[in-house]
Amino acid sequence: MNTSLSWIKRYVPDLDVTAAEYADAMTLSGTKVEGYTELDKNLDKIVVGQVLTCEPHPNSDHLHICTVNVGAEEPLQIVCGAPNVAAGQKVPVVLVGGKVCGTHSGGSSEEGITITKGALRGVESYGMICSIDELGSSSEFYPEAPSDGIYVFPEDTEVGADAIGLLGMHDAIIEYEITSNRVDCYSVIGIAREAAATFGKEFHPPVIKETGNDEDIKDYASVEVKDTELCPRFSARVVKNVKIGPSPQWMQRCLASNGIRPINNVVDITNYIMEEYGQPMHSYDYDLIAGHKIVVRRAEDGEQFVTLDGQEHTLDHDMLMICDAEKPVGIAGVMGGENSMITDACTTVLFEAANFNGTNVRLTSKRLGHQTDASQKFDKGLDPNTTLDALNRACELMEEFGAGEAVGGCIDVYPVKREPVEVPFEPDKINEQLGINVPEEQMIAYFEKEDLIYDAERRVVIVPTFRQDLLRTCDLAEEVARFYGYDNIPSTLPKGSATAGGISFDMRIRNMACSVAEECGFSQGYCYSFESPKVFDKLCFAADAPERKAIEIRNPLGPDFSIMRTTSLNGMLTSLAVNYNRRNKDVRLYEMGNVYIAESLPLDKLPDERMKLTLGMFGNGDFFDLKGTIELFFEKIGMRKRPEYDSAEVRPYYHPGRQAQIRYEGISVGEIGEIHPVVMKNYGLGERTYVAVLDIANILKFASFDWKYQGIARYPAVTRDLSMLVSKDITNAQIQKIIEQRGGKILEECTLFDLYEGAQVRPGYKSMAYSLRFRDKERTLNDADIQSAMKKILNGLTGLGIELRK
Amino acid sequence: MSEIEQKVKEIERLASEQIGRADGLEKLNELRVSFLGKKGSLTQVLKAMKDVAPEDRPKVGKWVNDARAAIEARMEESKAALEEQLMAARLKAEAIDVTLPARKPSAGHRHPNSIALDEVERIFIGMGYEVIEGPEIEYDEYNFTKLNIPANHPAKDEQDTFYINNEILLRTQTSPVQARIMEQGKLPIRMISPGRVFRSDEVDATHSPSFHQVEGLVIDKGITFADLKGTLDVFAKELFGPETKTKFRPHHFPFTEPSAEMDVSCFKCGGKGCRFCKGSGWIEILGCGMVHPHVLEMCGLDPQEYGGFAFGVGLERIALLKYEIDDMRLLYENDVRFLRQFS
Repeated sequence: MNTSLSWIKRYVPDLDVTAAEYADAMTLSGTKVEGYTELDKNLDKIVVGQVLTCEPHPNSDHLHICTVNVGAEEPLQIVCGAPNVAAGQKVPVVLVGGKVCGTHSGGSSEEGITITKGALRGVESYGMICSIDELGSSSEFYPEAPSDGIYVFPEDTEVGADAIGLLGMHDAIIEYEITSNRVDCYSVIGIAREAAATFGKEFHPPVIKETGNDEDIKDYASVEVKDTELCPRFSARVVKNVKIGPSPQWMQRCLASNGIRPINNVVDITNYIMEEYGQPMHSYDYDLIAGHKIVVRRAEDGEQFVTLDGQEHTLDHDMLMICDAEKPVGIAGVMGGENSMITDACTTVLFEAANFNGTNVRLTSKRLGHQTDASQKFDKGLDPNTTLDALNRACELMEEFGAGEAVGGCIDVYPVKREPVEVPFEPDKINEQLGINVPEEQMIAYFEKEDLIYDAERRVVIVPTFRQDLLRTCDLAEEVARFYGYDNIPSTLPKGSATAGGISFDMRIRNMACSVAEECGFSQGYCYSFESPKVFDKLCFAADAPERKAIEIRNPLGPDFSIMRTTSLNGMLTSLAVNYNRRNKDVRLYEMGNVYIAESLPLDKLPDERMKLTLGMFGNGDFFDLKGTIELFFEKIGMRKRPEYDSAEVRPYYHPGRQAQIRYEGISVGEIGEIHPVVMKNYGLGERTYVAVLDIANILKFASFDWKYQGIARYPAVTRDLSMLVSKDITNAQIQKIIEQRGGKILEECTLFDLYEGAQVRPGYKSMAYSLRFRDKERTLNDADIQSAMKKILNGLTGLGIELRK
Repeated sequence: MSEIEQKVKEIERLASEQIGRADGLEKLNELRVSFLGKKGSLTQVLKAMKDVAPEDRPKVGKWVNDARAAIEARMEESKAALEEQLMAARLKAEAIDVTLPARKPSAGHRHPNSIALDEVERIFIGMGYEVIEGPEIEYDEYNFTKLNIPANHPAKDEQDTFYINNEILLRTQTSPVQARIMEQGKLPIRMISPGRVFRSDEVDATHSPSFHQVEGLVIDKGITFADLKGTLDVFAKELFGPETKTKFRPHHFPFTEPSAEMDVSCFKCGGKGCRFCKGSGWIEILGCGMVHPHVLEMCGLDPQEYGGFAFGVGLERIALLKYEIDDMRLLYENDVRFLRQFS
């Protein structure tokens, strides 16, 4: 919503503030000013001059040498290139040292363009005669201005006068952000009422003169509303002997300030009232209304209609149509039809001011993809009690402009009148909620400034229907707060019972995961929750993989963002690929984010949102660095048992020989692997890439921060090394399991310290060496203890077909 | 007699002289052997004791012992000096160029969103707030209806919601957690709820279809709008520095009344006006208000007894402002050259 400051001043004549003061105060009282443009910001030293002489320039085929009287002693010599310049004209002249804000081709400059004394093709020039574009506007908004050439004032304009003032440019265009609850502020009158209350000035809304001849509109036209739910009110008046012509300049200027192009008196009046009262109107050529009858009904499914901008629309039963006795003439609240458009030939006009269901207009304009100034007003849900004011104002202006003669009476179909709401006045509660102590009388004064009525006897505030946002005490509290000033309310901290605060155990575990990942060189990434269904193919999932049962978004931004992810792999691989493509080396990323698993589809209850820690890396490091990061995380959250790594189940995106499911006490807690070469290719990754995904919910079952001191060993340890030749298909885990089971309580630690596969070893075998450390907490171990343990271990290993190396 | 005494004195003099000239610990050791060793010259004097008259022997013994003590003392002294020289020489030789490059462990970095969230959480946990999370895929009822946004309310359109079906959607705000917590009915409530939210905005420098908010909610007896102002003023000063000023402007949210937007004085120019704050000196930070009584009622609380305030702040907005990131898309690209610039 925009208004010019001067339009506001029409209703608040005592308002004497700069645009900046206005913007600040209005914003603080709740009518947020998004910004403002001062039209004369870059206009300086521009006066009305009269062209005395105008001779062709000897060295140019288009320039003229003019002498111009600007009210000074001597006339100025000015070289002018406009095609329309002529002796006798009254024109805007910018003097030397003055400023204009645009070029004659319509471009504008931030700082303005300063005019200096100059010579054009050898002839000196002391100033410039201006076009409307150089003054920052265009002939679209100043229809009397030529589209190419200088602006020309009427003959009776005073020489030397302030040209900018005469053009109405000592003004500012204010841009507001109106919140959806303040429907009344989608009108100039509504904002002016707020301005009057904000600045403590008197508010003078228009006083409408009565109009209408002796005739009765009922002899001219009739209205039938078939759906009063979608059209609670339909009012109409008729104006005859219409003379279509331009509207007066003051009205054109007002419309221009709101960005509305002047067209003709009838259209301009309806547009003006739409801005002034916030009530959209429509004007029909009375003679084109078949049967002189208006019928308001729902459209038929599939009905076709051409709006006055020439667009064809297909309608349905949920849309409301305005029809005559034979055919539709408009889409209610959106736009009229081509078939009843006002043309210059029009002699009788039927003005419509109706109230339509806001939601219906919104849905209609959304479905048709057709938003208009009118639909944007209607869709907020307007006050039905404004229609008559709007119609009467239109008739008044038509007569004032000499544009027609209003027919007596009006048609008003309004079966259920909307009445004002009454809100009990509870000043104590208002003070209590705000934490202030404002006297009752002051509150009442605030209300009255806004045209709310206080009934002292019944202690209620009567809220006129234009304020649809005031229903309860808290709403009145906001009114008090706004006019008392949010700034004047003190700042305190809540009293009352203390609370412990803090984060959940789950969050602590996740924080630890992030810390460990970072310690190990992984940086945190954020990925989208939605992605393309194509990722399943990219990740080589089987056609029947459960991951493919993803939740679909009904109205996605596009197919690439159409499903909720069931795996975090794609986000990680995409991020790694971005880094790979940008030649980043040794990249390690982690992400903490949800995947969304539906119990069944279509979704009938909320899905399982499973938090996943995803680690991914390429460059320096391999599978075992990644594995180390995971085990360090487990250690830090009290998971000190050895996790199991099971390669039996193969995920399609992993290298089948380099991947594992990770289990802890038999429960799956995640997976780890090198990315399959085919998947690497699909993502454009050119270096071996390792990814692990941990399931936080399952890890939580084992995590704990409950540490217990185990003591530090006091007796010496005995170390034995075991070097062995092992068949390649035997895993480290198998060997360790035997050593640990058979080593008994005194085996403190068993570590693999050498692994060799190559020329020196028999084909199909590998050489492995373990270091075993024995210790007893209670005593020093003797040789016999060690030998007995070693014997059991060796027997076990031999059972696996392992040969010891001497 | 005096001949012996003369000899001992001479040995002592000789020893002292040679010790003084010793240039290393080895040399000192040689001297120890040559004077005090089994075959050393002083020992020789003792060995010749048998030729001394018995009554003179104690005297000779004393001469020798005194001389030995003197030589040993002299040797200790010299040894200490030599060791000190050695240590000094070693330390000198071992000096390093401390300006050579450091060897850092290659630790990873935290995402600016998370850093901003850590800050917000720290501030509110300090004030006794609990951090609570809610589902990202949410019922329409919690996201809208219970927040006073009934079917066909224009605010529903404004928020450009992604729907799964008529009842389930991707939450457009973290506010549904308010309703969920109030429904549980454990009072008083002081909580913040960070999380991911979704709106169907195309990706550009200032928009993302998925971003993060932190919701705040306080429910208790006797909570006032002044408490809301005070709490958020503390928050702003903690987050942006103690000089920060706050300004509250009336606004509208369906689930709070009165409602406000909070601006903070521009932390770049201190409020004088600069390009960062578009010349206004203020930066819009969050929306807030007193919980609407109808919301309380729908969540099973009695507005006559309980009231409170709520606020919602965009995490990306804070991250972009505080860390001067000029394009929101950077937050979701995960380029390590970007991420390495943060904590």
